[in-house]
Order: sequence, then C-alpha cells, then structure tokens
Amino acid sequence: MTPRWKFSLIGGLVITVLAAAIYFPILRRRVKRAARLQQQSQEQARRELTQPIAINPGDPRVKTKLFWASDTIDSTLVPVTVDLPLSNDPVLRSKQVLNTLLAGPVDAELRTLPPDALLLAFYLLPDGTAMADFSEALATSIPSGIVSEQLAVNSITRTLEANVPQVQRLKILIHGQEVETLAGHLDLTGTFVVNTKPSQPPAADKAAAPATGTLTPDKAPGKLAQPEHKP
Amino acid sequence: MVSPFPAPSQIQQPAAGATPSASPSATSSQGGVSGSVASPFGAQAQQAGLSIVVLDPAHGGTDPGARGTGGIRESEIVLDFVIQVRRALELQGFQVVQTRQGNENPSFDDRSATANAQRGAVFVSLHISSTGLPGTVRVYVNSDLPPVADSNGLIPWDRAQAPFLGLSKTFGDLVQGFLTQRFKGSPDAAQTASVRQLRTTAAPAIAVEISSVTVEDRADLDRMAPGVADAVARGAAAFKPSYVVANSPGALP
Repeated sequence: MTPRWKFSLIGGLVITVLAAAIYFPILRRRVKRAARLQQQSQEQARRELTQPIAINPGDPRVKTKLFWASDTIDSTLVPVTVDLPLSNDPVLRSKQVLNTLLAGPVDAELRTLPPDALLLAFYLLPDGTAMADFSEALATSIPSGIVSEQLAVNSITRTLEANVPQVQRLKILIHGQEVETLAGHLDLTGTFVVNTKPSQPPAADKAAAPATGTLTPDKAPGKLAQPEHKP
Repeated sequence: MVSPFPAPSQIQQPAAGATPSASPSATSSQGGVSGSVASPFGAQAQQAGLSIVVLDPAHGGTDPGARGTGGIRESEIVLDFVIQVRRALELQGFQVVQTRQGNENPSFDDRSATANAQRGAVFVSLHISSTGLPGTVRVYVNSDLPPVADSNGLIPWDRAQAPFLGLSKTFGDLVQGFLTQRFKGSPDAAQTASVRQLRTTAAPAIAVEISSVTVEDRADLDRMAPGVADAVARGAAAFKPSYVVANSPGALP
C-alpha cells in the first residue's frame, strides 16, 4: 500500500469517527424523545380508560362503608363511613365505591391498595358474579406477603359487600387477564365470596344522609371475607 | 388430578444433606416410623404416622419475594430459616424434604408435586412478610374449597388441599400456639387465607409468615429463626398422633 493510499484510508476513518461522534448523540436524543412520546401516549390512553365516574348531584348521598386498615389493631380492617352520592345502578355504584377506596383514607398509612392502582373496568353478570379489572400497579406495587395481599382483597370485597348487595362474588383481573396470584401469595384464580344473602336493593339509598363529607371510623373491625373457588 | 400412585419421577427423596445420624431411620424409636420412603407403587403400604415434613422456602431465583429497604430479600432469609427448622425437625425424628435447596424458583405446582409424592407428610411453606408487626409470626391455612367428590379415587389437582383442610387447621393451630408462646403479639390461632401454594398440596399444609423485611437490622430476623424452628418442630410432633396416614401418597386422609 502506497503512502498516498494509507493517508486516504486514515483520513476516511477519521471522518467516519467524527461523523459517528456527531450523529450518535442526535440519534440518542431522538430515541429518548420517541420513548417519552410513547410513554405519554400510553399514560393518556390509561387516563382515557379510567375517566373518573361522573357523580350525579341528583343521586342521594349515602352513608358508605369503606374498609381500610385499622390504626389500632395490626393487619385488621376497619370500616370507615363516608357520605357519598351513589348511583342506584350496581355497576356504577361499584365503580364509585371502589374508586373511593383506591383514593385511600386521610391517613395514607392506613391504605390497603397501592396509590397508583386504578380500576380499569367493572362488570356484573346476571348471576351476581362481578369482575373487577385493575391496572397492573395493583399487583406490582402492593407489598408482597400473605397478610398485605389478603388485606387488599378483603378491603375490596368487604367494601362491595357493605355497599352493593347485588354483587355476590368477585373475580379480580389484572389488566384484563386472569393471574395466578396477586403478588406471589394470594390466589386469584377463583372468585371471592362477597354477599351470601340474596340480592336486595340498597336500603340506605332511600334515606338521604346529610352532606357532611366527613370520615367517621366505626368501632367494630371488619370481619374477613371468605374466598371461594371456581367449581 | 393427583393420583394416589404418582409417577416415579414425582417421588422426592429426602435431601442429600440429611445424614443418617440426624435423619430418622425406618426403625427410629424417636420418630416412631416404620417404613419411611414413599414408594411409587405403594409396596411399602404400612405407615404408623406422620414421618416426613416437606419444607418450602418460598420464592427464589428471579423472584426475590418481599424486599426490605436494607437489602433484605425474603428468598434468601427463608433458606436460612429452613436450615434451622430442618435441624429442629430432624432432632424430633422427622425426615425432611425441601422444595428447593438453593436459589431456584420451582413453580407452585412443582413444589406441591414434591409434597404430593410423599406418604405421611405435612407441608410447611415459609415466608417473610412486607408488613405487619415486626417480631410476630402468623400461620395460615387455606380457605374453604369446594368438596372433592371421591368417585374415582383421584383428587383434582387444583383442589388437592380440600380433603386436608381440617387436618391443616389442626396442624396450623398447634404450630401457631407454640409460636405465640415465643413471639408475643402473634395471633392465638391459625388464620385462613386463599394461599395459592397450599391449594394444590395433598397433605396437611400450612404457610408460616414472619414479620417482616421492614426490620432495620437483618439480625432481628435471624434471632427469630431458632424460635420459629422450635415451634414448627414441636407443632409437628404434637400433630403426629392426630394424623392417620393413608396408605398411598396423595390419597385422601
């Protein structure tokens, strides 16, 4: 190889390296921007999916029992009464109470569900079987363990039991899918018993409660729901 | 379905770490065992009682389980606990089988298969929680399951625990009682929960959950291990007279 060729080759390589050094940061910025845009669009889609349930001011305010963790007895649920305008439609009503449950109590230490978990959908079959579809955060953000997972599921079932008598049993889905466990322990392949009594319209609707909006802890801790499994 | 006669590949032998001196032999007077190794063909059909404890260190492999802020990983700690529980059980005359020896993560069904292949066994799954009052221990048994229609002698795999729920509760209450004596603030009786690992286990089965990975110093958890080990071993020994072992592994009690 003549010196002239060597010079041309080395020059070509230097130009290539310089071009790469200039282009790679630009490429990296573009990839980051594309990823950010994709993330934003996913977030937007999620927000659209989970639009807060419209509250009709015409709905009667009802004393609603929500089950959160007790601040006095370890790993126990306690009902908290809050006045909410609730729909008479069992599906809308279920969404309203579950969204309030997900929003959490005043004391964040007493929440039973992860703050970033969302209720994506709620269905109720004619036989009283309900399906609640939560976002993945319910499974990924919940503290792993039997006691924490059971508290989470029991807070959901007990809240539905107290406020939506039409729901007889509950199937929990994560992002539209059946999963084996919530976070490695609690079995989600079956359904959980919610109401064992025959379905009746919520009596509390007839007597409108004063619109105080205050949270009132009840005295008795909530009993735990009994899961059942598919036949 | 869980067959009363599982395939030979399903049969788990006691772990290699058990030395003959520490492990009960077939004639061990301490354990009262008269024929201790599960046979795939049920040839050694006579069993006097409970002889094997299957220990299940939860999680493992890519699943660390609960994680504490101090880098505590449930999957590692339960393995350390199992070493001590195993030693205490062997001193009581039991054979011990583990669902995992190291940092593997067998599936729920694989872990149940280990237990279901034994005859005269109980199953103990060990966990560390993320929450709960530190220094307490809870025992769980599976929630009610639909009853098994025993028309063909086979137990449905997905409800294998159903015929054993009563025995599991008795075993769980005994272990919880011994734990509560040691760890104040623990419940007085075993709790019920829909624990996936227990549902497919065809034997008296409990989950023991220790609180919790939130302790500031891992030594706080390590100090609990001897007490947990002693309570499980004493619970198993106390349960032994009430467990009439079926002739075949996985058969109805």
